[in-house]
Amino acid sequence: MTTILRADNLTRTLPGEVPVTLVEDVSLTIERGEFICIMGPSGSGKSSLLYLLGLLDVPTAGRVWLDGEDTCAYGEEELANRRLEKLGFVFQFHFLLAEFSVLDNVTLPIRRLGRLKETAARTRGMELLERLGVADQGTKHPHQLSGGQRQRVAIARALANDPLVILADEPTGNLDSVAGGTVRQILRDLAHAMGKTVVAVTHDPVFAAAADRRIGIVDGRIDADWRPA
Amino acid sequence: MLLQLEVAVTHLTGRRRQTLVSLTGVVLGVAFFLAVSSLMRGSEKDFIKRLVDNSPHITVSDDYRHPRTQPAELRWTNAAVHISNVKPQTETRGIRGYRERLAFVESLPGLRVAPILLGSAVLTFAGREQGVTLSGIVPKVMKTISTLPEKMIKGSIDALEANPNGIIIGTGLAEKFNLTLGRNLSVVAASGGSRAMKVVGIFRTGNAAYDENQTFTLLKRAQVLFDRSNRANRLLIQLDDPYAAREVARQIEAVVGYKATSWVEASEDILSVLIVRNIIMYSVVAAILIVASFGIYNTLSTIVLEKTHDIAILKSIGFHARDIRLIFLSEGVIIGMIGSVFGMALGAGLMQLLSIVQIKPPGVSEKVFLPIWWGPEQFALATAFAMASCILAAYLPARRAGSVHPVEILRGAA
Ligand SMILES: Nc1ncnc2c1ncn2[C@@H]1O[C@H](COP(=O)(O)OP(=O)(O)OP(=O)(O)O)[C@@H](O)[C@H]1O
Ligand SMILES: [Mg+2]
Repeated sequence: MTTILRADNLTRTLPGEVPVTLVEDVSLTIERGEFICIMGPSGSGKSSLLYLLGLLDVPTAGRVWLDGEDTCAYGEEELANRRLEKLGFVFQFHFLLAEFSVLDNVTLPIRRLGRLKETAARTRGMELLERLGVADQGTKHPHQLSGGQRQRVAIARALANDPLVILADEPTGNLDSVAGGTVRQILRDLAHAMGKTVVAVTHDPVFAAAADRRIGIVDGRIDADWRPA
Repeated sequence: MLLQLEVAVTHLTGRRRQTLVSLTGVVLGVAFFLAVSSLMRGSEKDFIKRLVDNSPHITVSDDYRHPRTQPAELRWTNAAVHISNVKPQTETRGIRGYRERLAFVESLPGLRVAPILLGSAVLTFAGREQGVTLSGIVPKVMKTISTLPEKMIKGSIDALEANPNGIIIGTGLAEKFNLTLGRNLSVVAASGGSRAMKVVGIFRTGNAAYDENQTFTLLKRAQVLFDRSNRANRLLIQLDDPYAAREVARQIEAVVGYKATSWVEASEDILSVLIVRNIIMYSVVAAILIVASFGIYNTLSTIVLEKTHDIAILKSIGFHARDIRLIFLSEGVIIGMIGSVFGMALGAGLMQLLSIVQIKPPGVSEKVFLPIWWGPEQFALATAFAMASCILAAYLPARRAGSVHPVEILRGAA
């Protein structure tokens, strides 16, 4: 087993007159190919933890190790490069660029990385759409798609640069049970069949049941005893 | 296409109306810049051309730029010598040995030179008197340096050669004294000499004072009349390249010893007025482009606000702050470039339109058009100004966009 993502005593405090602690002293280790769920009451700091693990936010204390690298010394641009190459994000509200076609949305990270030629990037984009069952939607614009389809496009984009870790924040929160089930199945397959590491925040007990491991967060801390009501 | 540029284009096409308004500002700014600067620079060039064409490029006169060094000063060069009440020696005025000096000037390349003996005289005709400037000229060489031959309306300057007692006068004097070709009048020089002379030519320059006070006769006749045989007191020089006048004048003065004044030196006050005029003009037209840049600033700020989610997405994917800034800066550049191209087209159209406008200054019968200068520099300058103000206008929104923190946006959206 190889450790892909590791958090050492992560704390994130928002400065201010009354400092707010979002995440407090969280340590965890996530292995390659694991499908992990982060659960907990609303406002407990799940999203905040995900942003820290995804190198979008910087901890006030503690460190995040990604793929064996300590990221705490990295500047903004180095963190951005790690996100581009090794991480993929899926959010509750489809975060697609409205003016770009579905295919262009998917090829965006590929082209930013610049390792593939334009045509190769398109081919890879089409492959990903195909794998997620939305190949026929490639030329459409995001607003012409259903919620479930959009979320699949978002996953395709997250996979664009073949990342090590997919971070998902309530990816099924906005979907009906059928579409949610599809997305859940896709994320599970990514972990179990493709060897990706998937870390997903969810409120959905069915979704959580599909995961290999569940991490409960209460008041910004890990709570091993937490169970969904 | 470059990814950042592609995003920039989608932003602009997504806000078509506002983009068009900003673009219009730049187009009008550039066009107005061109129309005004071409007119101002055109009139300036026209003015300088008149200045250059109608006056000698260099005048060598029988003065010294600095008073002669006194013997005492020569003897004790570093002493604190003060000599007061120095009076120049009384001598026959004029350029000494003008023939040798003329020969030297003639030997220089790219110029033509004519000697003149200029003095004051009083013309008397039918009991009326008029003080005039009488210039003794050599018609053959005068023709090479002066526009006088073109200004002759009756007779010619060659007639002076045929009649040594001939005189050429201006229309002002002719009208005042009711003189016509062939009439005789009496000329009395300030030095006392007098002679009866015959009108052999009448000119008109359009300058009233000149047309009333300037008269011409043969150099030889003037030398006799002013009692200065073998002297001239002016060398008038015309250059192939008028803008070299200052340098050539310096060279000539160094060798000839007499003061050589270039037209640039003689018109320094006018030229400095022209510079001030240009500064005012460029400030005004540049201000228009600066106003136009507020439109761009407004549009881009709106786009940044509207697209914070997109910016957050791009940053979460792994775009750098630099990429985001580049996107918004290129939006400014795109507006600037398209605006400049259309602005130049519109500006050229306006210039074309202005150049066919006829103006009628009072007392001028010939057709006069607005002087429009088509110099490429002003097109370059207009574009440079437009681009600079567009980039400047885009800079602040771009910086704001670059500093959008994705987590703050994601938290807000959740
Ligand atoms: N800018 C802020 N200023 C003050 N408090 C904040 C700010 N942003 C978030 N918080 C607080 O931080 C805590 C953690 O927020 P976070 O979004 O991580 O919770 P969450 O577990 O994802 O909640 P949910 O399940 O509703 O998405 C919340 O209590 C929230 O109110
Ligand atoms: Mg959340």
